[in-house]
Amino acid sequence: MSKHRLEGCTLRGLGVLLLLANVLLGCRANFPAPSSLATDSQKSQTIENKGSDTMVNLALAWAEAYMKLHPDVRLSVTGGGSGTGIAAMINGTVDIANASREMKPEEIDAAKKNGHAPTEFIVARDAIAVVAHPSNPVNGLTLQQLSDIYTGKITNWRELGGADRPIVLLSRESNSGTYVYFLENVIRLGDSQSQLLFSPETLLMPSSEGISTEIRQNPNAIGYDGLGYVTPDQKMLGVARDSHSEFVLPSVDTVNAGTYPIARPLYMYTAREPTGQVKAYLDWVMGEGQALIPELGFVPLH
Amino acid sequence: MSQRTHWSEFFISAVIRVIGFSTIGFVGLIFFFLLQQGAPVLGEVPLNNFFGAQWYPTYNLYGILPLLLGSMMVTLAAIVLALPLGVATAVFVREIAPGWAREILKPLIEVLAGIPSVVLGFFGMTLLAPFVRETLHVPTGLTAFTGALLLAYMALPTIVSVAEDALDAVPKSYRDAALAMGATQWQTIWRVVVPAARSGILTAIMLGMGRAIGETMAVLMVTGNAARMPTTLNSLFLPARTMTATIAAEMGEVAQGSTHYHVLFAIGILLFVLTFFINLAAAPAIFEKRRRGGLR
Repeated sequence: MSKHRLEGCTLRGLGVLLLLANVLLGCRANFPAPSSLATDSQKSQTIENKGSDTMVNLALAWAEAYMKLHPDVRLSVTGGGSGTGIAAMINGTVDIANASREMKPEEIDAAKKNGHAPTEFIVARDAIAVVAHPSNPVNGLTLQQLSDIYTGKITNWRELGGADRPIVLLSRESNSGTYVYFLENVIRLGDSQSQLLFSPETLLMPSSEGISTEIRQNPNAIGYDGLGYVTPDQKMLGVARDSHSEFVLPSVDTVNAGTYPIARPLYMYTAREPTGQVKAYLDWVMGEGQALIPELGFVPLH
Repeated sequence: MSQRTHWSEFFISAVIRVIGFSTIGFVGLIFFFLLQQGAPVLGEVPLNNFFGAQWYPTYNLYGILPLLLGSMMVTLAAIVLALPLGVATAVFVREIAPGWAREILKPLIEVLAGIPSVVLGFFGMTLLAPFVRETLHVPTGLTAFTGALLLAYMALPTIVSVAEDALDAVPKSYRDAALAMGATQWQTIWRVVVPAARSGILTAIMLGMGRAIGETMAVLMVTGNAARMPTTLNSLFLPARTMTATIAAEMGEVAQGSTHYHVLFAIGILLFVLTFFINLAAAPAIFEKRRRGGLR
């Protein structure tokens, strides 16, 4: 199907393969029961890692690289969504949950009820870039303008200092985490009481490839996507927090400096303060593992 | 010996009967499955929401009206485009083209049906969409019309081959009689042969329509998938979202057993019922042909 989804599938397929490899190579009495914390002292251990679909490629890349360095450790990575991963961590079936959002208060309560003390690690950042056709004279937009554009209040580029052209809105499909993030933090400007929605005129593209194809050929179009999916033949627009601030282009530096307004941290959660192999893995992810992040289109922490 | 023949014949006919009925059985099972998965919608989504104009499944707005109208608009436009082309092609292949040309054209038209829809979708996305945008001066090339163009192209082989069969079934005596009365070749075709084959041509339209309404991949790639209500006349040249594209785009990521999941199955039921009625509408024409032994 779509390029993006296909990749997800192959990688998820890889995840299954990794799991199979676990069965074949690391077949121990403790399989398929996930490693409990009691096995930390054991030489060979399986670390179960589950959650966000946005992060599944990244988590797999980390797992593969780490297993090459430490053949005695086995990592199994699966997607399913941030909520699924956190729920599994609360139920004690995974060691590390991946999440592209923070744990909700009710999830923390549920974890505490199960005797856990969830520990949060920010492992990478993800910037959402706003893109347009290279010939578009508009260089930057404020968050308020973006909200007005995507709710259908502003319908012509002229109102933004551009040519007299209608604006064609592009978005990812509604099941994408990026769609939800963009709606809640850009269209609704982070206001949880807001009932604003995407304009019904918004084109929902089934893939990142769909967005980049249309952006490349249509001078009327505006779109948004993860920084890693922006190709050089699209024009990234600067984004300003409000009309008094400067327009900032997304990059590793501006995201880390906190000046680019549409960026979100990516998290890993453990049920308690990690020890042993899990701690070693998380330390590696936040240390050497950061070098792998730019290849996958995310922003490393440092 | 004769006993054995009897038994083997009984066995063979029983197997064939079971296979024949199982096809119908499978359709029944599929419909039962759709009903079972889609029925919970009735309890979960109020009717005014379900038949509303807003499709925002992540925010519990499940209005299927824009999707239903989107599908109907794209399909009807496709048939309007494909019908004259299809019938004209069938007339040319059957009535006008010399024998050697017919031998080449018929298989070529059938090859059209074999082009994977995703390939056509890719072609539509990269070449047809910019062309539509530039020539029609519309904001984007990803429109219902672009989808209709691709669907028309996909429905063509069906329409041509069924219409051609219908023309083929018109007895030669009709043509001879018309020509003997001094009609020109064009008058014979337009006044005698085509009207005589009209029920077969109607079947061709219906089957083409069934092909168009169920098509997913190409439509998903070129119609823009904006769930807007096509209330104005220019809606054909603006993006649209079809039922099939919605199911294809959303089913993969939806949580099993959720309201959204049930709504997608309910859309599946609606599609099933629609195609069923389209085929039912084509049925009298097909049966009429059979009753007359292919002559009309």
